[in-house]
Amino acid sequence: MELIESVFLRNNLIVAFAVVGITIWVSYLAADKLTHGRIHGSAIAIALGLVAAYFGGVATGGTRGVADIALLGGIGLMGGGMMRDFAIVATAFGVQLGELKKAGLAGVISIFAGVVVSFVVGAAVAILFGYTDPAAITTIGAGAVTYIVGPVTGEAIGASDAVITLSVAAGLVKSILVMIGTPVVAGAIGLNNPQSAMVFGGLMGTTSGVAAGLAATDPKLVPYGAMTATFYTGVGCLLGPSVLYFLVSALV
Amino acid sequence: MIIYGVALLSVSLIFGMLIGEALGVMLGVDANVGGVGIAMLFLVFASNSASFRTLTEGAAGEGIKFWSAMYIPIVVAMAARQNVAAAADGGMLALVAGIAAVLVSFALVPVISRLGSSDNEAAPEKEVR
Repeated sequence: MELIESVFLRNNLIVAFAVVGITIWVSYLAADKLTHGRIHGSAIAIALGLVAAYFGGVATGGTRGVADIALLGGIGLMGGGMMRDFAIVATAFGVQLGELKKAGLAGVISIFAGVVVSFVVGAAVAILFGYTDPAAITTIGAGAVTYIVGPVTGEAIGASDAVITLSVAAGLVKSILVMIGTPVVAGAIGLNNPQSAMVFGGLMGTTSGVAAGLAATDPKLVPYGAMTATFYTGVGCLLGPSVLYFLVSALV
Repeated sequence: MIIYGVALLSVSLIFGMLIGEALGVMLGVDANVGGVGIAMLFLVFASNSASFRTLTEGAAGEGIKFWSAMYIPIVVAMAARQNVAAAADGGMLALVAGIAAVLVSFALVPVISRLGSSDNEAAPEKEVR
């Protein structure tokens, strides 16, 4: 037992890779078998992560979810700000500026409108729920943009970790709802051609949500929606901890 | 060389973060102002520029693609290290914020699509910034 413990502790980042890998494998299997691809495996995996973090926090009384369990300490490094920012920036690789031109004016407008609108809605809900601290309002608003813009913004402007967690949860709700809701509302919002698919991707922005939602609607539309959605998180990370934060600070 | 791509990615992030911190100091806020977004812009420009070809093509590019593919696993780990126990009381807030954002965004799809179909040809060259 001691032997296992010492190996796990000494190789904690490697243990994290293995544990996350198994979690994702189980999640994708469940997405495929239980939801027939309607909910993307990544959303299930993130939800499992949040559930595990809850039990980790309750069990240890710590503030870092599963990472406070000694044997899983590597999760803290793997999911920490440094690795997260590194991986997010890497997703910008391969983005062709020419693609954005193809998306046209409506595509560009949809990206900015999507980020700002989701942010405003999220921030308004935070205020309705009684938050008055600009950093908290901004972070929750950013979480309504995507589950990645929330923590990136929250950590940049120094929000509390409970607020950052809420922002991840809000982004996850958004992502899952886009996956499930898109085929339902597709007819009503005219989502049946490449142009509207690009606008849709730019407005929603959650890449996994957009890809899964469009796939369930009409697989031919996926690349168009994904094209604009790719830019969305980047724009969110740029605007969240800057312009949007300053606006909230000025108004609250 | 794989490390060339990884190094380009690292340098982009470091410069983005430095600029973000500097902006924070200049603007008098205790925050990293848009550092990650600025870093993404650096990488987009580098990967679209001919002069960075040795750092973005072939094996070097694979080094960046690896980290790009690690994005979701890292997000899963990020979710697993959140302070969910403390945030559990706010579950309703997260639910309402997420749902409201989606509903409003859905409603905007036809509005902006219409806007695009009228002047699609005249779309000016615009870059993300």
